[in-house]
Amino acid sequence: MTGIDAIAARLRAELASDQVITDRQQLRTYECDGLAHYKVVPALVVLPRTAAQVAAVVRACAEAKVPFVARGSGTGLSGGALPHAEGVLIVTSQLREILSISPADERAVVQPGVINLQVTQAATGYGYYYAPDPSSQQICSIGGNVAENSGGAHCLKYGFTTNHVTGLQVVTPDGDLVRLGGAAPDTPGYDLLGAFVGSEGTLGVATEVTVRLTRLPETVRTLLAAFRSTDQAGAATSAIIAAGVVPAAIEMMDALSIEAAEAAVHCGYPAGAGAVLIVELDGPAAEVEAQFDEVSRLCDENGAFETRVAADDTERQLIWRGRKSAFAAVGRISPDYIVQDGVIPRTALPEVLRRISAVAAEHGVRVANVFHAGDGNLHPLVLFDDAVPGEAGRAETVSGAIIDLCIEYGGSITGEHGVGVDKARYMPRMFSDDDLDTMQLVRCAFDPGGIANPGKVFPTPRLCGERPGRRQGAHPLHETDVAEVF
Amino acid sequence: MSVLDDLANKAGDDDTVCGVPARLVAAPATTEEAAALIAETRDLAVVIRGSGTTLHHGPPPRDLDLIIDTRRLAGVVEHAAGDLITVVRAGTPMAELHCLPGQQLALDAPPSATAGGTVAANTSGPRRLRYGTARDLLIGITVVRPDGRITRAGGKVVKNVAGYDLGKLYTGSQGTLGLITECVFRLHPVPPATSFVRAIAPATRAADVLAGQFAASALEINAAPGADPEIAVLLEGTEAGVRDRAAALAGLLDGEVTDEAPPWWNTPPWPDGGLGLKLTCVLSAVPALVTAAVDAGLTVRGSAGTGVLHAGGPVRPASADEAARLVGLLRAAATTAGGHAVVLTAPDSVRDRLDMWGPVPGLELMRRVKEQFDPDHRFAPGRFVGGI
Repeated sequence: MTGIDAIAARLRAELASDQVITDRQQLRTYECDGLAHYKVVPALVVLPRTAAQVAAVVRACAEAKVPFVARGSGTGLSGGALPHAEGVLIVTSQLREILSISPADERAVVQPGVINLQVTQAATGYGYYYAPDPSSQQICSIGGNVAENSGGAHCLKYGFTTNHVTGLQVVTPDGDLVRLGGAAPDTPGYDLLGAFVGSEGTLGVATEVTVRLTRLPETVRTLLAAFRSTDQAGAATSAIIAAGVVPAAIEMMDALSIEAAEAAVHCGYPAGAGAVLIVELDGPAAEVEAQFDEVSRLCDENGAFETRVAADDTERQLIWRGRKSAFAAVGRISPDYIVQDGVIPRTALPEVLRRISAVAAEHGVRVANVFHAGDGNLHPLVLFDDAVPGEAGRAETVSGAIIDLCIEYGGSITGEHGVGVDKARYMPRMFSDDDLDTMQLVRCAFDPGGIANPGKVFPTPRLCGERPGRRQGAHPLHETDVAEVF
Repeated sequence: MSVLDDLANKAGDDDTVCGVPARLVAAPATTEEAAALIAETRDLAVVIRGSGTTLHHGPPPRDLDLIIDTRRLAGVVEHAAGDLITVVRAGTPMAELHCLPGQQLALDAPPSATAGGTVAANTSGPRRLRYGTARDLLIGITVVRPDGRITRAGGKVVKNVAGYDLGKLYTGSQGTLGLITECVFRLHPVPPATSFVRAIAPATRAADVLAGQFAASALEINAAPGADPEIAVLLEGTEAGVRDRAAALAGLLDGEVTDEAPPWWNTPPWPDGGLGLKLTCVLSAVPALVTAAVDAGLTVRGSAGTGVLHAGGPVRPASADEAARLVGLLRAAATTAGGHAVVLTAPDSVRDRLDMWGPVPGLELMRRVKEQFDPDHRFAPGRFVGGI
């Protein structure tokens, strides 16, 4: 009996029959996440319903030295939940209880399979919400958000998942249930919570998440400003930041992405716009009004030829609809596309955009730009037609060149989608060997056997338990055939 | 000539850590110099010292040979105003970062505290309610590992999920994982207007402030045996916005609007050499924890808006037994309140008798992290949780 067969047999005895999947056809359902061009059929899928069951699955993996991958809703865009062919895929979708909502403590405790938006929906009645709002918030899970440190349109002001998670219960790669952080702030000891959030499933599986709830703002004002060029829109963004205003969001779309959104959802953005900015301010009414006037003025001064203000929630939704649909909308104007995610210092925006368009022109590829302009997080959409020989390759080249630009300008290879399997090869361009080795020290502390989501984030893992420069002979992991999977 | 010979001096009478004398003191001026020093002193036990603001916090080191002083590693390397970030060397005084042109590092640490020390000690103050703490404001970091290797994590952009967020691991690690030599911080604009609202009111009223739409930057309480409890709220924003909110809040709390913080604002409620604790709890338990501390004869103050309080005594505990009893009592109260009680400082005479950090969850994983970073346990040995 192989390791996997033994695990399957053991789990069948402990769990209900519909929680353990070995049928090849059913396994195929889980072969990819949101980055669908990477596909691996897992050897076994398990759907635990309790934290104890997650721990039992991981313990079985640890004892058999079999890798495991955790998956939430499978909306990730870096292949972080790509299964392992000889491993177990732990799907957290059955762990979907909101365990408590405590407005007085400004906390909610939820299971990892709870959908991001459900937390906000559960808290709204009390006057609170869960601030991180990735575009996929209607379907993505909190557990996945924790793994990826998900952001969203409003993280310019409110921060990311890591700023809103105060406590976790996790299953370590040994199969132990451990609490990191808690409902109160500043838990003594190393901030392992901070290291765990965003570790992309390589340090364990979150089984319970304590999140901070944020008071709903008194007022929200949303403005759409149309410019002739992205340079003008970029200048307006700089002026807003320079004026000391920190909006909840500043989003930018260029002409091509506006065209796509128009074709898909008829958002009715001003005709002839080379770029639009969506600026949202929230907070106490008196503050927002004063800042709103200033933002409007700064947009006008920087060349906005039309400015629209959402009069109510419906108009606000309409303004956002174009932006939030942008990724999918690109499908209307191109058969295939790559969603890129990189970060640059915001002030480099005009220069980087010019260089992106130069690279795109050089390779004869179209690039639609959508970005969180306030924090320099770019989401260029590289368009291609896979049916045309050579186009996919050229699109890949342009997409890679954009990442190189982000690194060249002192930014990051990923702002919110994660490294996953897709960008592990770029990590050595952003970090030195010693930097990556240091991250591996944490990995080795949590997962000395290297069984938690191997092959993600890091191009070459450290072999734990050995000091550098003293390596001799074959590593035990090689001998047991585990190391090849890295 | 070795780096150690070049940089190190014989320790003076003042070069002690919680009463433990060092043999040598070295003050590197660059990251590279620090790395060479650390690589060359692998058999020495090290404690890192900035301006010494929190050097007396925590248990004494088990061993101490060398103090690495960071104050020559000073200066703002870069202030990219348009990107709202700054790159600073670890020994830079916080005073320089509190007032960059038009912008600020919104971390309430003493002006003389160093940036690196503030991160290593995870110092925070009243404005953590609005701006968060070092873990939220630190976006990049350079650390010399105990093996002398120079490593970086994070970067110079606020939004960045590439690799593990090691900045958070180093934040509050008390110098046990290596030497922080450079930090990149997120900055905030200096608000055009600020105002305080002060009221005589019990801690229970803090919840009313949070439930309202005041967008307070800080919500602090002060309570002591036999004195009226106070609440003070900091409001920041536009002139008109602050004025309106302050008036409404003063009405709610029956308080007054002032330009000045109360004298107790962001100051520890214990005398030099006294007993000082950090208490944390869930927000709804703040009043109960305040009551427990006051009933125990302590002064308690801090952030009722985040559940982080400081407690201390005007009178030094008469004996080690008395100190241990007080700590036990407050630790029980903090645990009931969903948080922790950490003894930050105590008279040298009673330190040995106190479990300063108390029990923490995940200790086994923490030990494994320490083992990976510092297998010889030479960085601040014994100064951290669980004897790490």
